[in-house]
Amino acid sequence: MELLKPELGLIFWTTLIILVVYLLLSKFAWKPILDALKARESHIDNELKTAERVRTEMSQMKSQHEDLLRQAKEERSQILKEAKETKDAIVNEAKDKAREEAAKLLAEAKKEIDNYKMAALIEVKNDVGNMVVELSQKIIQRELSNKDEHLKYVNSMLDKSKLN
Amino acid sequence: MPYKSLTNKFLYLFIAFMAFAFSSVQAGHPEHPAHMEEKHADTPKTDEKYDAGSVIMHHITDSHEWEIYSKGHTHISLPLPVILYNIEHGLSVFMFSVFEHGHANYNGYYLDKKHHIQSLDGSAFYDLSITKNVLAMLVSSLILFLLFRSVAKRYQANPLQAPSGMQNLFEVLIIFVRDEIVKPMLKENTYRFLPYLLTVFFFIWINNLLGLLPSAANVTGNIAVTVTLALFTFFITMFNSSGHYWHHLLTAPGVPMGVKPILILVEVLSIFTKPFALLIRLFANMTAGHLIVLSFLSLIFIFGEMSAIAGYGISLFSLAFSVFIYCLELLVAVLQAYIFTNLSALFISEVLPHDNHHGEHAH
Repeated sequence: MELLKPELGLIFWTTLIILVVYLLLSKFAWKPILDALKARESHIDNELKTAERVRTEMSQMKSQHEDLLRQAKEERSQILKEAKETKDAIVNEAKDKAREEAAKLLAEAKKEIDNYKMAALIEVKNDVGNMVVELSQKIIQRELSNKDEHLKYVNSMLDKSKLN
Repeated sequence: MPYKSLTNKFLYLFIAFMAFAFSSVQAGHPEHPAHMEEKHADTPKTDEKYDAGSVIMHHITDSHEWEIYSKGHTHISLPLPVILYNIEHGLSVFMFSVFEHGHANYNGYYLDKKHHIQSLDGSAFYDLSITKNVLAMLVSSLILFLLFRSVAKRYQANPLQAPSGMQNLFEVLIIFVRDEIVKPMLKENTYRFLPYLLTVFFFIWINNLLGLLPSAANVTGNIAVTVTLALFTFFITMFNSSGHYWHHLLTAPGVPMGVKPILILVEVLSIFTKPFALLIRLFANMTAGHLIVLSFLSLIFIFGEMSAIAGYGISLFSLAFSVFIYCLELLVAVLQAYIFTNLSALFISEVLPHDNHHGEHAH
C-alpha cells in the first residue's frame, strides 16, 4: 500500500460510506436539527418582537396614564381654585349682607330713636304748653297785692314746674 | 480566506515527498521489515536495525490487518476480510490471515515481498477489501450517526427548549458551520447544500481526531479518501453549475481578445485544480502531522540503538516535541475540516446562478 497511489477499493468503500452517512445523517440528524433550530430561532425572534411591541404599548400606556394623571391634577387644582373663589364670594356676600343688614338695623333704630325723641319733644311741648296755660291761668286767677309777691310767686311756680 | 501560508504547505509537501522517497528506497530493499521479523523469529535477535522509514510508512498507510500491539517479535493484529473480484475467476472473500504473513497462498492469490496481494496466474483483479481504513471509517461513521441521532432526538423531543449538554456542544458547531462557513458563501442556497457540507465537516473532523489515537487508522491522510471527498465536491459543483457560470468561464467577458484564450485555458484548468487542491491539502496536512509525530518518536529508537543513554536522553526532547505537535494536530484536525468545508462551499457558490462574481475574479 503506497502513500500517493489512491487504492481503487478504498475509493469504492469511501464513496459508499460517505453516501450512506450523508443520506442517513440528512434524514435522521440534519433535517430534524436544522428544522428545530429554525423553529427555535423564529420562535425567539417572534418573542422578541412581541416583547418589543408590548414594551412600546406599555410606554404608550404609561404616557397616557401620566397624561390622565396630569389632567386629573389640573382639574383638581381648578376645582379647588373654583371652590375657594366660591367660598370667598359667599363669605364676602354674607359679609356685605350682614353689613347692609346692620346698617339697615342701625338706620331703623336711629329712625325709631328720632321718632321717640320727636314724640317726647312733642309731649314736652304739650306738657310745657299745658303747664304754661295752667300757670298762666293760676297767675291770672290770683290777684296779688304787690308786685314783689307776684314775682315771687311766679318764680316759685317756675321752680315747681321743672321741665322734667 | 483561511488558506495556510504557502510556505507551510510547501514544507508539508516537501516532508511528505521526502518521506515517500525515503520509503521507496526502503521498499527497494530486498527484505520487507515485516518479512524480516518473521525470518528472524526463530533466531535470536542481534543485528536487527530499527528502520524508521518503513515503520512510519507502515503506520500511515492502509493495511489488510489492524495492528494493535507490537513488541519485538510479538505482533497482535486483527486480520481483516479481503474481498477480491477477478474478471476470470470471479469473487473471492477470505480473511487476510490465510496468507500467514506471506508464507501461504490462498485461492490463487499470494503476498508479494511488499505484502501486496497478487494473483498467481497474473490475471487482473479488483481489491475491494475491508481494509483498516474502511473499518475505521465504518466505526467513525457509526459514532457520527449515533452521536447526531441522539442529538437530533433531543431536538425532536422539544424543539423550543434551551440546549444542554451534548446537544449544546453540537449546536454550537452546527450553527458555526451554518452561519460562519455556509451562509456567507451560499446565502439563499444555504439549506440546499448544508446537509452535505455538515456531513463533510463532521466526517473529516471525526476521522482526523480518531486518526490521532494510537494504532488508529490514518483515514484522512490517505489519498484515496481525500480523492473521494474532493470528487464529491467536484461532482456537486458540476451538477449544480449554471449556464451563466459556463458562459462566463468560456467567453471571459470584458477581457482583451489576445488574453482571452489564455484566461479561458486557466479557467478550464481551475475546474480541476480546485478539487485537486482540496484533496492534496487535506492529505498532506494530515499525513505530515502523523509523519512528524512518528519521526520524533523514531528518533528515540534510532538513538537508543547507538546507546541506551542517548535513547533515554533524546526521549525527553522527542516526547516534548511530539506532544507539542500532537496538540497542534488537534487544532489542525478541526482546521482542515473547516478549510475543506469552507472551500467546498466557496466552489459551489461560484457555479450557482445568483452568485456575484467577485469570488471568481479573486482567483
